[in-house]
Amino acid sequence: MSDIVEKTLTALPGLFLQNQPGGGPAAAKASFSSRLGGLVRGITALTSKHEEEKLIQQELSSLKATVSAPTTTLKMMKECMVRLIYCEMLGYDASFGYIHAIKLAQQGNLLEKRVGYLAVSLFLHENHELLLLLVNTVVKDLQSTNLVEVCMALTVVSQIFPREMIPAVLPLIEDKLQHSKEIVRRKAVLALYKFHLIAPNQVQHIHIKFRRALCDRDVGVMAASLHIYLRMIKENSSGYKDLTGSFVTILKQVVGGKLPVDFNYHSVPAPWLQIQLLRILGLLGKDDQRTSELMYDVLDESLRRAELNHNVTYAILFECVHTIYSIYPKSELLEKAAKCIGKFVLSPRINLKYLGLKALTYVIQQDPTLALQHQMTIIECLDHPDPIIKRETLELLYRITNAQNITVIVQKMLEYLHQSKEEYVIVNLVGKIAELAEKYAPDNAWFIQTMNAVFSVGGDVMHPDIPNNFLRLLAEGFDDETEDQQLRLYAVQSYLTLLDVENVFYPQRFLQVMSWVLGEYSYLLDKETPEEVITKLYKLLMNDSISSETKAWLIAAVTKLTPQAHSSHIVKRLIQEFTVSLDTCMRQHAFELKHLHENVELMKNLLPVDKSCEDMVVDASLSFLDGFVAEGLSQGAAPYKPHHQRQEEKLSQEKVLNFEPYGLSFSSPGFTGRQSPAGISLGSDISGNSAETGLKETNSLKLEGIKKLWGKEGYLPKKESKTGDESETPPIPQESTIMENVDQALTKKDQSQVVTQSKEEKEKQLLASSLFVGLGSDNTISLLGKADTVSHKFRKKSKVKETKSGEMTSVHNMTCSSFSSLSNVAYEGDYYLNTLQDRGDKELKKFSLNSELLDSESLTELPLVEKLSNCSLSTPSLFDDNNMEIFHPPQSTAASVAKEICLASSLLEETTEYIHSNLTEVCNNETISVSSYKIWKDDCLLMVWSVTNKSGLELKSANLEIFPAENFKITEQPGCCLPVVEAESTKTFQYSVQMEKPFTEENLSGFLNYHMMDTHSVQLEFSINLSLLDFIRPLKISTEDFGKLWLSFANDVKQNIKMSESQADLPSALKTLQQKLRLHVIDIIGNEGLLACQLLPSIPGLLHCRVHADVLALWFRSSCSTLPDYLLYQCQKVMEGS
Amino acid sequence: MIQAILVFNNHGKPRLVRFYQHFPEEIQQQIVRETFHLVLKRDDNICNFLEGGSLIGGSDYKLIYRHYATLYFVFCVDSSESELGILDLIQVFVETLDKCFENVCELDLIFHMDKVHYILQEVVMGGMVLETNMNEIVAQIEAQNRLEKSEVRQVL
Repeated sequence: MSDIVEKTLTALPGLFLQNQPGGGPAAAKASFSSRLGGLVRGITALTSKHEEEKLIQQELSSLKATVSAPTTTLKMMKECMVRLIYCEMLGYDASFGYIHAIKLAQQGNLLEKRVGYLAVSLFLHENHELLLLLVNTVVKDLQSTNLVEVCMALTVVSQIFPREMIPAVLPLIEDKLQHSKEIVRRKAVLALYKFHLIAPNQVQHIHIKFRRALCDRDVGVMAASLHIYLRMIKENSSGYKDLTGSFVTILKQVVGGKLPVDFNYHSVPAPWLQIQLLRILGLLGKDDQRTSELMYDVLDESLRRAELNHNVTYAILFECVHTIYSIYPKSELLEKAAKCIGKFVLSPRINLKYLGLKALTYVIQQDPTLALQHQMTIIECLDHPDPIIKRETLELLYRITNAQNITVIVQKMLEYLHQSKEEYVIVNLVGKIAELAEKYAPDNAWFIQTMNAVFSVGGDVMHPDIPNNFLRLLAEGFDDETEDQQLRLYAVQSYLTLLDVENVFYPQRFLQVMSWVLGEYSYLLDKETPEEVITKLYKLLMNDSISSETKAWLIAAVTKLTPQAHSSHIVKRLIQEFTVSLDTCMRQHAFELKHLHENVELMKNLLPVDKSCEDMVVDASLSFLDGFVAEGLSQGAAPYKPHHQRQEEKLSQEKVLNFEPYGLSFSSPGFTGRQSPAGISLGSDISGNSAETGLKETNSLKLEGIKKLWGKEGYLPKKESKTGDESETPPIPQESTIMENVDQALTKKDQSQVVTQSKEEKEKQLLASSLFVGLGSDNTISLLGKADTVSHKFRKKSKVKETKSGEMTSVHNMTCSSFSSLSNVAYEGDYYLNTLQDRGDKELKKFSLNSELLDSESLTELPLVEKLSNCSLSTPSLFDDNNMEIFHPPQSTAASVAKEICLASSLLEETTEYIHSNLTEVCNNETISVSSYKIWKDDCLLMVWSVTNKSGLELKSANLEIFPAENFKITEQPGCCLPVVEAESTKTFQYSVQMEKPFTEENLSGFLNYHMMDTHSVQLEFSINLSLLDFIRPLKISTEDFGKLWLSFANDVKQNIKMSESQADLPSALKTLQQKLRLHVIDIIGNEGLLACQLLPSIPGLLHCRVHADVLALWFRSSCSTLPDYLLYQCQKVMEGS
Repeated sequence: MIQAILVFNNHGKPRLVRFYQHFPEEIQQQIVRETFHLVLKRDDNICNFLEGGSLIGGSDYKLIYRHYATLYFVFCVDSSESELGILDLIQVFVETLDKCFENVCELDLIFHMDKVHYILQEVVMGGMVLETNMNEIVAQIEAQNRLEKSEVRQVL
């Protein structure tokens, strides 16, 4: 067939020249007369891009006139539209025609409509505003009795549809799943898949219908549904394990040739379907022995049947191999798969070779010996003329790199790097080289040279982490101090040599690295004096090709070196030159240098040698400004308000009028008492608190890693540091940086292969032995564990980054210290405030607390409510670390602790106080039974697992652990670690669960392990399902508040639900919602109802519903963008369920 | 998922451009241009797969192409598609074009751009492979053609 195409197509250039029809008879007849024909002919005749542009602009303006003329018929419009599509394809803007495309789709007959829809789907994108105009047309066409119209509408929906309008067409498309024509059903399935991709929440309720599509009598519909399953299984394979059997059966039927012959492609039965199914099986069987066992047979059969020598059978084979290596391994199959990979790798066809390499890359971690078998082929691929094959080979080598073959592999990578010009390739490869070099560098010289190559080639395109990591590595060093110094010295020397080379341009990033290293470590040099280094830096500074950012680095380096230098005439010259620079930044640096230079003693103190890793104390409270602030306040300046507060106030002013008396807002326990009623707000009160907020809210002021230049006494004499992002804790020394133990250099295999061969062959062999060293069977273990066991020679020291609690304490200490300078009034104010927060935290009745505090209905004031919820949001994190002592007088602490303990012990009583679920058994064995129940507390979900020891023996070191889950924050309640479970007794473990991110349903799993009679330990796994509903609590507010909150929320979702006859009145609907969803009914006005809830910890959600005949119109609003969707889904579930 | 389908001739003139993911107009043109340059550099006897580079999606995306006489057919796909499978899908698409246009050539693609899109819509819908059975695709197209004829008759 392709020959035919070739013949006709090669004849084409001639055709254009002759300008006569002939090659494609059909084409010529219909179109040369048409105007599109004219246009195309015109363009083809042109020689330059410029002329083409002119012609098209001409064409577009004539089209513009035509489409907007009232006399243009739809038929002409259709013709114009095709021409517009052509112009757009060539890259010219035809946006004036968009609206006409929509019109054509709306008004035209079938053929015109088809063009209209096509034009719309090519011109517009999902968020285009004009698309809304199409929705009605689509709805109409979906309801049409004409099959073609329905198909067109489904096609356009699956290509392009506004997300927010999905509810308008969803029911119609769902109906189409039962359509009598299979093509309609198939397209409907794909349209629903598209919805699943763009708005998964909205199609959650039709998952059951997807299952029906999977069982459709028509193979095409079933195949379409596989797209959805592949996707959903990729997202969450555990939810679909039950379908494994069905997929296996389907695959068996397909492989066994049970499908109609129609589905054969080159006598292979439905190859694409097979590929799809194999992928799904691979995902399902991953790390799951039981599921994998189900599929061994069919995989074996697939491998056996795919024997034809056709491209598409290789596609199936490749998927088979991939699946076999993904699922729980079975040695027989692995053997066969390995043979298959061999076929691919050794194939003369390049596509297959490529896939073979890809497969090898994939399996290499499981089976490194496979690479050994094919080492000669891999070596050949390294010199393959196709760069794609080469790149894939390097990827493979990257995976098998270890401490012994690193030099050879990196050399190969660098060779490739020097040849390639594509930025994308460079970025990718440079990253890999840097990573390998850090991990396995054999010695200092090699490491520095490799990194030099990386920097000079990767230059300004590489990831900024690479130079940053490199510098950090140099600065922090390893355990051995002399080794570190040698590395630094080597780096300094190599840079000086590089800078001596004339007429070479280095990338800016490389120069920055050099200048930092030279500035820090030039003192290690013996021969060269600091003056010489400064001279070199100065030369660079005067170079015009250097960016001003780099110049700032250079000046910083000079500044660091100046105190070490004995004579300073170059520095003086530099100061002279740059204090008059036009660049403000440079001038600033020069002046700094100038002033420091005047006081050499200060400068030496300020810039000590080799202290780049020393920690700095930051006075985050800016307490040294207290006097200034106090003075400002006493002169009548307004107290400082943080940015977000100003914005909130601005917003609330825009939206609603403030009916409250102004005085009230001052008593707000809002953020941190900026507006304390005492009115005497003192400096560090403000600044201290702003430091606190800075920590709580990541988007505001960040204090970590900021250079401290100013302290209480003014400018702090501390060393300037370029690696500004160090955390505050001192580096923890690494215990071992011993090199990976030495593997045997050559495997037995290699030795046996060294036979007399031609010289070239020998070279290759040599290369092979150096590449694949450490890969043999002797070393399998070390390779498998590569990721964790290999200790990285050049590994960064673990700078403890997760020092949240540490930071917390230090900041608190700081606040504390600044407090000490405070007047009593401010202290009390602050204490008062914190107790409030604390109490709020404990009782979590924010809203009632608030009203009680303010002694009025001040709750109605919108910003206040928001502030309050903010405040309680951040409280738990603040007090989790038991930092409250800082703020609390001793009695209070004692009291709260006491309360805590009593809380824990009296849990079972509490159960009666709150609503709770029934006790259900989650797992058991002969000795133990674990049951759980949920307690829906006001502030959180409390999960209780009660462990019953059924045996007559004592169980030791019983421990219950919950796996961390992305969406939850799980806190163990104090007093529930009970290592010993006595015979025939029950113990409980309690965990409070907080939601971090909204979701609909999520599993919480964990395990219980214990020791029986000191002998063996037993582990029991369990999991329970948590739903969004577990975190919904009623929100009791007044109608008025509801109105105000309603206006302030931007995220809303509307949906109509049909109700059954029995409950088609408002009260019963509201009752259902109140009981099942824990919504609070605020008010009923006529046939409308207002409800509110809050999603813990404090996201309000509002619902407005209206009953009209048997339809319930739901309208949700919330401050959280996802909550309305989730709520809607839950509502639908309960309303349909009841 | 298929991100884009591009057809251009040996000189880089686009003949069919269909994106299943939104890119601004200029980026689309840039993608077509760069893809052309990537593909042009390659001999016919090396592999049919390319990495998409930084323009479309990065390393997860592949360009899979076939060269027929004067035309390049390029599919840009993510990792959820099988390379060889797509390679055959291109073949199916071209064979279908050949059936529908009776010996297809570049001219057909130019003058019947809309029809080529309709055929493509029956093969790939919204980035998902809809149909791979050539007879079925041709049957759908013929049904649409019949419709066209009947409408023309109505007008007459």
